[in-house]
Amino acid sequence: MTGAVIQALFSHWRRHKLQLATLLIGIALATGLWSAVQAINAEARASYQRASDQLALGLHDELRDPSGLIPISRYVALRRAGWQVAAVLEGPLRLNGRTIQVMGVDMVAYPALPAVTQIERSQTPSDPADMLTAPGRLLVSPELAGALGAQDGLPPILQSDAVPPDLILTDIGVAETLLEKPGQISRLLVLHGQPRGIPPLSDIAPELERVAASSRLDAAQLTDSFHLNLTAFGLLSFAVGLFIVHGTVGLAFAQRRAMIRTLRALGVSMRRLVWMIMAELTLLALIGGLLGLILGFFLAGALLPDVAATLRGLYGAPVDGQMTLQPQWVLAGLAMALAGTLLASGQALFRLSRMPLLTGAGLQAWRGTATVHRTSGLIGVALIVGGFAVGYAFDGLIAGFAMVGGILTGSALILPYLLSLALSAFQRSASRPVAQWVWADMQAQLPGLSLALMALLLALAANIGVGTMVSSFRLTFTGWLDQRLTSELYVTAADNQQGQQIARWLDPQADAVLPIRSVELAHETGPLFLYGIADHQTYRDHWPIIASTDGVWDRLHAGEAVLINEQLARRANLWPGDTLTIKEGHTLTIAGVYSDYGNPTGQAIVSMPQLDRIAPGADTRRFGIRIAPERATEMAQALRDQFDLPRRAVVQQAAMKAQSLAIFDKTFVVTSALNVLTLGVAGFAILTSLLTLWTQRLPQIAPVWALGLTRAQLARLELARSVLLAALTAVLALPLGLVLAWALLAVINVQAFGWRLPMYLFPLDWAYLFALTLLAAFVAAALPALRLLRLPPADLLRVFANER
Amino acid sequence: MNVKTWLCVLFLLLPSALRTQGYAGLGGSADGFDIPQPGYQFEFPRDHGPHSGFRIEWWYLTANLTGEDGRNYGIQWTLFRSALKPLEAEGWQSPQLWMGHAAVTTPETHYFAERLSRGGIGQAGVTAAPFEAWIDEWHMRGTDPGSVTLSASGAEFAYDLTLTAQGPLVFHGDAGYSVKSADGQASYYYSQPFYTVEGVLHLPEGDVAVTGNGWLDREWSSQPLAADQSGWDWFSLSFDGGDKLMAFRLRGERGDFTSATWIAPDGTTTPLPNGSVSFNPMDTARVAGRDVPVQWRVTLPDQNLDVEVSAITPGAWMGTRFEYWEGPVTVSGSHQGRGYLEMTGY
Repeated sequence: MTGAVIQALFSHWRRHKLQLATLLIGIALATGLWSAVQAINAEARASYQRASDQLALGLHDELRDPSGLIPISRYVALRRAGWQVAAVLEGPLRLNGRTIQVMGVDMVAYPALPAVTQIERSQTPSDPADMLTAPGRLLVSPELAGALGAQDGLPPILQSDAVPPDLILTDIGVAETLLEKPGQISRLLVLHGQPRGIPPLSDIAPELERVAASSRLDAAQLTDSFHLNLTAFGLLSFAVGLFIVHGTVGLAFAQRRAMIRTLRALGVSMRRLVWMIMAELTLLALIGGLLGLILGFFLAGALLPDVAATLRGLYGAPVDGQMTLQPQWVLAGLAMALAGTLLASGQALFRLSRMPLLTGAGLQAWRGTATVHRTSGLIGVALIVGGFAVGYAFDGLIAGFAMVGGILTGSALILPYLLSLALSAFQRSASRPVAQWVWADMQAQLPGLSLALMALLLALAANIGVGTMVSSFRLTFTGWLDQRLTSELYVTAADNQQGQQIARWLDPQADAVLPIRSVELAHETGPLFLYGIADHQTYRDHWPIIASTDGVWDRLHAGEAVLINEQLARRANLWPGDTLTIKEGHTLTIAGVYSDYGNPTGQAIVSMPQLDRIAPGADTRRFGIRIAPERATEMAQALRDQFDLPRRAVVQQAAMKAQSLAIFDKTFVVTSALNVLTLGVAGFAILTSLLTLWTQRLPQIAPVWALGLTRAQLARLELARSVLLAALTAVLALPLGLVLAWALLAVINVQAFGWRLPMYLFPLDWAYLFALTLLAAFVAAALPALRLLRLPPADLLRVFANER
Repeated sequence: MNVKTWLCVLFLLLPSALRTQGYAGLGGSADGFDIPQPGYQFEFPRDHGPHSGFRIEWWYLTANLTGEDGRNYGIQWTLFRSALKPLEAEGWQSPQLWMGHAAVTTPETHYFAERLSRGGIGQAGVTAAPFEAWIDEWHMRGTDPGSVTLSASGAEFAYDLTLTAQGPLVFHGDAGYSVKSADGQASYYYSQPFYTVEGVLHLPEGDVAVTGNGWLDREWSSQPLAADQSGWDWFSLSFDGGDKLMAFRLRGERGDFTSATWIAPDGTTTPLPNGSVSFNPMDTARVAGRDVPVQWRVTLPDQNLDVEVSAITPGAWMGTRFEYWEGPVTVSGSHQGRGYLEMTGY
């Protein structure tokens, strides 16, 4: 009997190959997009973890000098007092046009490094003496080794895949030469197993601060919000994909009613049937899921390089641009496909199991009714209200996404009700019979199309919302760059002494020379960069202040006040009028808050004398130079020639802006790609729904045709119907999209990045999207319309025949 | 980390270990390093300081101590120098590496600690006059080695001791030229075996005031072992009658090589050539997963010596990056006394 049932079940798919394909594609798309996002996230997180392990980071407390580098004598003093510390010197090195981080560790004292172990254990171990004595060795990843190639003046390279990308790992003796920082130390690792009775740090090196391993922000924490964003988009794509599955499975079950009735009449128990259909769905889910995984793997591979570039640019987080296939990823993807398929088929399966034995084979039963519309509408309203309530009551990124999720799902559930209301209104205003029929027919078709339209609504809203967010951000960012990068030239000297020389040399030639000095402090809110600025009109005119008290600049330069960036303000809830304790004994009133995009850490600005009081000895190596813009290029060259500066040490404003914008644009490449894909999936959902409805169209169209409407007219009406429903949905999607954009800008962004952006509207984009939607609906309806046009009249006549 | 393991191997110059590391050549050539020559004229205080032209050198102090509680204690304080190149340079560029080992052995427990540093930055080193040998906060310091303060600490222990020499320096082998194999590998080797010691051990169970006797070994070379030699057993014994014996056995595939010095109470030495002293393991103990001989029969017919040497604490294992056994011993039989035993390559 089982064999017969299987045969019967499969005969359906044999007869409806397109339906089978649609179902599999639906599952594959849902799984694929979701898995791609998961793979990207997993790959990036694995990269952070690998880098952390490879450098033995995160296990040890550290000692840092807030005002800069630590002299070697301090290290020896600590050691001779018994402190077991290991020295690290790190910094950027410009090679072959790219910036590479150099990490020099005291190989004698630093904890185990996998890269070194790996090289020691390799077939051709290098003599460790080479590593410790000049010229030394550079440990780099194979990828970077290829990029560095034959570089003159570099020590020999040893390849190891246990070195994070974009990093040169070497002995501190080599690093001090490469970085031209002889006898300097960036930080000291406090090793495990300190001896008995060592004196407190304040007795030996009071200027050093101990930073606990747990309080340092690592790449994984910094990028959490970025990955959560991606996950949310992945989930959205998954949901849209499931609409296709839901629609197709619903149709397939409806079409099988007759067969199932026959099987039951032959004695197959309902229980058995349900189990077998479950097994069938599981098989389909696994096949579709597998296809989805293949799709997801390649999609992730295609997107990963951009994501990696973004993460490196935004957070300096080390990410490989390479995909590796993880078994748990495959399993999770298949599980997701299975769960999604069963979820999407649950309703259909439930109805099937409740189907009375003698019910007719009609197709109407599986579609929703007006009551269902109202019920789902009520649930929708509840979800929207609940979403806003969650967003209002709770803080945090999860609450933000819960709010967005509630609003989106709720709106999707209300959609059929709203469309039905709109169609009723049209119907009432229609006077001619054909028009009345068209509206009534659309009303009747609505339940079958509503899921596809929901998918379309979500995709459109996401597009409008995300598009508005990205464009608003870009506009704000561009304006902000103009405000922030006011100097025509930026120069970085090799050391303080050269810095002074440059400032003296520039003084008579430039309109103004503005020193840019900063130190990194360990603040209770996390790392805090403290900047000192000169009193100059440039700042008063341009600095992007978003909240301030009266006389903000005067108070700043009087040494009474501090400016903080928006990230710090929002994180610590500090606003003008509050006070900020920068360091013990240095508490200042906050006079203003300024926007500071693309920077994950807190920042504060004080007057130059104040900076010297708080952190004496901060470097004076960077300057902004105000000069007539047309003289900038010439002056940049003159500076390089005069002080023998490398190219990168003198940067023009325009180049800096271009670079910043390039990083910005890359940041949203993935978001845009997911957006377009979601819209494509929604379009596909409409097509499948229309094809589904097609089978039941004949009995509805035949009487109208018999009353005198031509097939061409009917086909045109068919197209118009699809386009009109899409148009109505798009109109409803616009306000939803704007609500979404608002939520992203005012809630999600604040939680994820620490800044709130003003919202701008881009009607031209909407028009474009609207046109695209109509086109998609038109294309989706074209196939059924074409079929109608070519339908032999005999088929239509047969509707009235007895045999049907 | 392997660089450090390798450094320790380099320090202890064990050819078998070097072979497993895939690193050869130390046993054979000296790669531009100085080589010990017979007839060398020692000059002090200069020779108390480091000899950067030689590959390897140590300041090796052990002491048998008695606590105010009447119990036996032992301490070790060692500073090794190893040169990657026969020169010294400033800062991190220095090819001179330093390693410190310190230990306290109680009748029940063995505490030890290890330190690593490179030269050139001041974290570790030795100056001849005034004399100071140090790594991190550990030091052996005085106007000259005849009178020094000694301190070291680890996570669980520390000690502060004062050492005063009661006799002259003692030169091993041919006036300080000590041959280490039948092929003629040799080192410069002298000792100060006449220290009286007093001070305090800081242990987890509390401070213990101690007195006793100490022994400093000074040795430097560039290739002291033959390629086939896999480890050594080294004894420094002080007998109740005032005589002392330094004796070692280098275990090799081609047979053992032994060498010893009989030291009279006034410091007069009698060098004892290969084969004079015989060493027989009597009993082993399971330590750190190996069988280590902790009871020996040592005989020297020339001096009518036939003694049993027993470890006070069989678990005196130095679980440092390169592992070996080092601890205090008692002597019984024809002579009574105390001493120190070091065993490597087990």
